[in-house]
Amino acid sequence: MFVTILILGLVLGGTYALLALGLTLQYGIARIMNLAYGELTLAAAFILVALMQGFGISPLLTVALIGPVGYVVGSLLYTVMMKPLVARSSGGKLDVDSILATFGLLFLIQGALLMVFGPNFTSISYLDKGVTIFGVTVALNRLIALGICVVVGGALVIALATTRWGLALRAVAQTPTSAPLVGLDVNKVARQGFALGTALAATAGATVAMYQTFSASGGVVFTMKALVIVIMGGVGNVGGALAAGLLLGLVETFVATAIDPGLTLAATFAIFLLVLLFRPQGLFGKA
Amino acid sequence: MVNLFKHAKACTTAFAVAAASFMTAGHATAADDTITIGYAVALTGPNATGAGISTVPNYRLWVDQVNGEGGIEMPDGSRKMIEVVEYDDRSSNEDLVRAIERLASQDKVDLILPPWGTGANLAIAPLMARFGYPQLAVTAVTDKAPEFAARWDRSFWMLGGGHDYATGLVDVLAQARDAGTINNKIAAVSVADGFGIDLIKGARPAFEEAGFELVYDESYPLGTSDFAAIMSEAQASGADSFVAFSYPPGSFGMTKTAQAMGFNPKVFYISVGGAFPIYPGIADGKADGVMAIGGVDGTSDSVKAYFDAHTTFVGNPPDSWASAVTFASLEMLEQAIGRVGLDHGDLAADLSSGTFDTVIGQVKLEDNQLRDLWTVGQWQNGAFVGVGPADKAGAAAPVIPKPEW
Repeated sequence: MFVTILILGLVLGGTYALLALGLTLQYGIARIMNLAYGELTLAAAFILVALMQGFGISPLLTVALIGPVGYVVGSLLYTVMMKPLVARSSGGKLDVDSILATFGLLFLIQGALLMVFGPNFTSISYLDKGVTIFGVTVALNRLIALGICVVVGGALVIALATTRWGLALRAVAQTPTSAPLVGLDVNKVARQGFALGTALAATAGATVAMYQTFSASGGVVFTMKALVIVIMGGVGNVGGALAAGLLLGLVETFVATAIDPGLTLAATFAIFLLVLLFRPQGLFGKA
Repeated sequence: MVNLFKHAKACTTAFAVAAASFMTAGHATAADDTITIGYAVALTGPNATGAGISTVPNYRLWVDQVNGEGGIEMPDGSRKMIEVVEYDDRSSNEDLVRAIERLASQDKVDLILPPWGTGANLAIAPLMARFGYPQLAVTAVTDKAPEFAARWDRSFWMLGGGHDYATGLVDVLAQARDAGTINNKIAAVSVADGFGIDLIKGARPAFEEAGFELVYDESYPLGTSDFAAIMSEAQASGADSFVAFSYPPGSFGMTKTAQAMGFNPKVFYISVGGAFPIYPGIADGKADGVMAIGGVDGTSDSVKAYFDAHTTFVGNPPDSWASAVTFASLEMLEQAIGRVGLDHGDLAADLSSGTFDTVIGQVKLEDNQLRDLWTVGQWQNGAFVGVGPADKAGAAAPVIPKPEW
């Protein structure tokens, strides 16, 4: 029972964490609270299904290639839509402005998805095979999601902590006003952060498409889940998002198995509430 | 924390701004040779998925067919083309009620077709009654239908209540148990939302009465996407029958999880979504034997013709539960108009007492409700056919145990 909870929980947590990585980068570095985040992941999910059903392209290939596409899209989005907001904002105004702007973007993308892909539930069957780990059967596609999450998340943590590029990103995240003083192009770094976040959103969306049922109007569910994890892990904290995602997965699985599946949501938000009350900077954020 | 509050405030503002300005404007000219029919359904928002499967395609298909034949036939033999006024309620009951008011008082449409969903139909019922329009509520599953039909005498309820489906399932399972095919243990899960709660509430006493033992009985929150823990508990419970009162995302998720972990109960029952045309694809081509809510008469030529027409017009086949009933309700409306014209009172009276030839066979409502319903269906040879009630004409014999995935 313990091993079951541990393995099922980690796999579920991995899928959660993967969803949250992009949002934490976008908010942490570019300071843009992207309410259209879920719609961006959905768009990637739909693209994966369309490529698979229309052209027979392997979903794994799409997962690998959609990241760079997401990066370009994110970069364009930042340049066209967010930069004017950043340019005119001072103080905390960017928070509110970006929420309003991305709230509009949410409907734009949702409308486009509804038009192109229709309102139906979409779900594909790909790598739904069971894999047995320590006697517990888990779906291969979810295991892949966990793998992507650990590799990408781990690489990001290391890159942010050890490389010069990571240092620049962290500098802009911490004090965007003083970063130019040491010769950093804040705009460029913020764009990179936002684009990288979009790339991760796209990767997560494509991965989700392999195991989950989704529809054009369900993006907000992804945004909410990611938001909870981002705030729990500490905004902009990649390692925190990873840990918070895994923790949520473990808690949900524990509650579902040992107590009552009906209480999983309650448990999630109870933890969320506790974090907000006692560690508003997030479990791993600095005060 | 400060930031969070700021977010919340900004969000509220944004919602208000967005909500203020969204209605798609329709346009109606009431010439004498046309009938204007209005409806407000969810074209966007969370309900768009359900409406986009069971409701909107059937409305459009029907209008297309009727107009293709030269229009609706009136009692005097003349024909009137249908003109449609369509609004998007954005899955909000407030918008829906406003749109119905507008259809009735401003657009002055001749008839109003119902929205998708139980809640939406209940939300507009008082208004429809006040304006006197007949309301053919199809996609509303409620045990209170008899009360509602009595309260609003021009309302019609055509998809039964949770109790009907629960007892229908129990009957099918009880027969299999009595034949010695399955044991008397049931593992049941239900989504913690109106529909799932209604069904499990109806099912618990029915299972008990039939001598079944509910060895696993848990609910899960709406939006749950991972069913690994639930399914492994159900598998460990020793039950031959797995029953899920679920919405489509859950139905699909549980199917995939069961396949991934090699969970092969003798009966695998899911609810909404099981009768969707995409289900066999989701089950990786191994849908045969899966039971779900709903069903159509697999032997009927009219059902087959309707499926073909739907596939040609919409691009995909309809679902095998609410779609055919929705289309039948429109045929009833058409035939009632042909007999009594457009007067709302006469129409309601004819709908209530008349007999209609529809795609689902001959329909006669009882106390303004359609009671002759398929409650349980099963995938057999790639088609979703009705298996319960077993004595209904056209019922197929259920295949139990289900073949392994």
